[in-house]
Amino acid sequence: MLNNITMGQYYPVDSTVHRLDPRMKLILTIIFIVAVFMSHSFVGYILLLGFLFFACKMSKVPFKLLLKGLRPLRMIIILTFLLNLFFTSGEDLWVSFWIVRIYREGFMQAVFYSLRLIFLVAGTSLLTLTTSPVALSDGIEMLMSPLKKIHFPAHELAMMMTIALRFIPTLLEETDKIMKAQTARGADFESGNLLVRAKAMVPLLVPLFVSAFRRAGDLAMAMESRCYHGGEGRTRLRVLKTTRNDWIALGIVTLLLALIILEGIYLKGVLF
Amino acid sequence: MQMHTDAQILMQDVSFTYDESASPALSHISAKIRQGEFVAVLGHNGSGKSTLAKLINALYIPGEGNVVVCGYDTKNEKLVWEIRRRAGMIFQNPDNQIVATVVKEDVAFGLENLGVPTEEMIPRIEQALSAVRMSKYADSAPHTLSGGQKQRVAIAGILAMEPSVIIADEATAMLDPSGRKEVLETIQMLNRSKGITVLWITHFMEEAALADRVLVVTDGKIQLEGTPAQVFDQVREMKEMHLDVPPMAALADDLRKEGMPLPGGILTVEDMVREVEKVLCPLKSAT
Repeated sequence: MLNNITMGQYYPVDSTVHRLDPRMKLILTIIFIVAVFMSHSFVGYILLLGFLFFACKMSKVPFKLLLKGLRPLRMIIILTFLLNLFFTSGEDLWVSFWIVRIYREGFMQAVFYSLRLIFLVAGTSLLTLTTSPVALSDGIEMLMSPLKKIHFPAHELAMMMTIALRFIPTLLEETDKIMKAQTARGADFESGNLLVRAKAMVPLLVPLFVSAFRRAGDLAMAMESRCYHGGEGRTRLRVLKTTRNDWIALGIVTLLLALIILEGIYLKGVLF
Repeated sequence: MQMHTDAQILMQDVSFTYDESASPALSHISAKIRQGEFVAVLGHNGSGKSTLAKLINALYIPGEGNVVVCGYDTKNEKLVWEIRRRAGMIFQNPDNQIVATVVKEDVAFGLENLGVPTEEMIPRIEQALSAVRMSKYADSAPHTLSGGQKQRVAIAGILAMEPSVIIADEATAMLDPSGRKEVLETIQMLNRSKGITVLWITHFMEEAALADRVLVVTDGKIQLEGTPAQVFDQVREMKEMHLDVPPMAALADDLRKEGMPLPGGILTVEDMVREVEKVLCPLKSAT
C-alpha cells in the first residue's frame, strides 16, 4: 500500500556516502538546500545537477530509485510548473492566444522552480536513501544536543522518531489486516467520491488508533522494565565518528555553495 | 539495603488492587522462589497472574505486603533500576516490546539504559544473541522475523543485562506451536545452563508441566502449589477452577476411578505407557 515511497526508505549498500557520519550528512543536506535556493541561473542548476549525479554515483544508489522518490510529488511539480508558466508576466511574449499569455520569463521561472523542487526532493531523498533511519535520528539527536541546555528534548525527539520508524511496518501490516477484516464485513474503501471514501476510512482508523494506543502502553511498560529512564546517563551502541571523508565531503558541498554564490554575483544574466 | 534470604523472590502477604477496580487483583499472596528454580504460574485470564509478574518487576508496587527480589524491596523507589536489571521481563506481544529497528540495537537497548560503555556492549550483545541462537539475524529488521524469533530477540535483550531472574508473562500466548516450542526451549536451556531463575506465566498446561514447581492462581489467590505431578493429580480441584490438566493426567484420574491402581504423577504419554504396562504386564516391565 505505502510500499513505494522512497523517501525514508533506506537503500542498504556499502558506499562512501553511506559511511559518512549522519551528522555530517545532515549538515551537507542543509548546505545543499541553501545552495538550491541560492541558485538563480542555468550555470547554477547545471552545477547542482552535476553534484547530484556525482553524489548518486558515489552512493551506489541507482538513479532510477532517486527518480522514484519524485513520483509522489509529481502533481506538485507539474502544478508549480504550470502556475509559473501561465501566471508570470514579463517583457518577452512568446505565446498568446485567448486569455493565455506565456512569457519567456514565465517559462524560465517555471523551469527553475520545478527544477528547484526536484533537486530539493532528490537531495533529501539521497540523504534518507544512504542513511539508515536510526543513524539519522542519532545524527539529529547529536546535532541538537547543545539545545538540551535550554531544555530542548533532543533525546526524547530522537527516541520518538526511532519508535515511530520501528512501528511503521507493524502498523502498516495491521492496517492491511483491519482493511481485509472490514472488507470481509462488507466495507468498501475503493468506490465513491472523495467524501464517501474518507468516511469509509473511519472503520479503518478507529481500530487502528485503538490498537496503536494499546501498543504504546505495552511498549512503555516494556521499555520501563528494561530500565529506560530517559536520556540521562545513557550510553550508545552506535558512536558517531567523523572521518577524513566527512571533511572532504563538507569541502565539496561548501565549494558547490561557494561556486553558486559567486556565479550569482559575477555571472548573473551572462547566459540567461 | 539488601536483605539476606535464601529466596530470590519473596512475596509476603501481598495484595494489589488496580486504581479503577473495587476488588483486589491479588490478595494475600505469599510465595518463595529459590535461585535457579523454574516456576510456572498457571491461571485463567483475569486470575491475577500477570499482575503477579508485574509486581516482581517493580512495574507495580503492592498495596499491602512486600515483594523482595534478589534482596531488594520493590517498595523502595531508589532500588527500582537495581531490581529491573536483575529481573528481566518478557511480555506477551512480541511486537510491542521491541524498541529498535535493528535486532542488535534492540538487544543493546537495556545496556544503553544502564549506561554500559560501548566497548563492553558489543561482546555482551553477541553473547546474548548466540545464547538464543539469533546471531545471524543481528542486523535484521524486527518486522521481518517470526513471532518466536521476536520473542527470542526480546529474551536476548534481557539476557544482555545479565539478569538473575527472567519473568515471562504469557510469552508464548501469541505464538504458533513451533514458535512456542522454540521460546520455551530457549528459556529452559537458559535456566539449566546459566542457572537463571524463571517465572513462567502461562495458561498452557503442557508448558506448566515442564516446570520444577507450579503455582495455580485463581481469583487473586494461590490455590494450589507443588510439583507439576502433585498439582495435576488434583484433577477435581483443577476442574473446579475451570482449569484443564494435561490429557494423560485426566486419563489416569479416570482410570483410577475405574479401579486401575495407577500411581500419581502421570503427565505424558510415555509415563502412561510405562505405568499401564507395569499394571497389566508386571512380568514384562520387570525384565
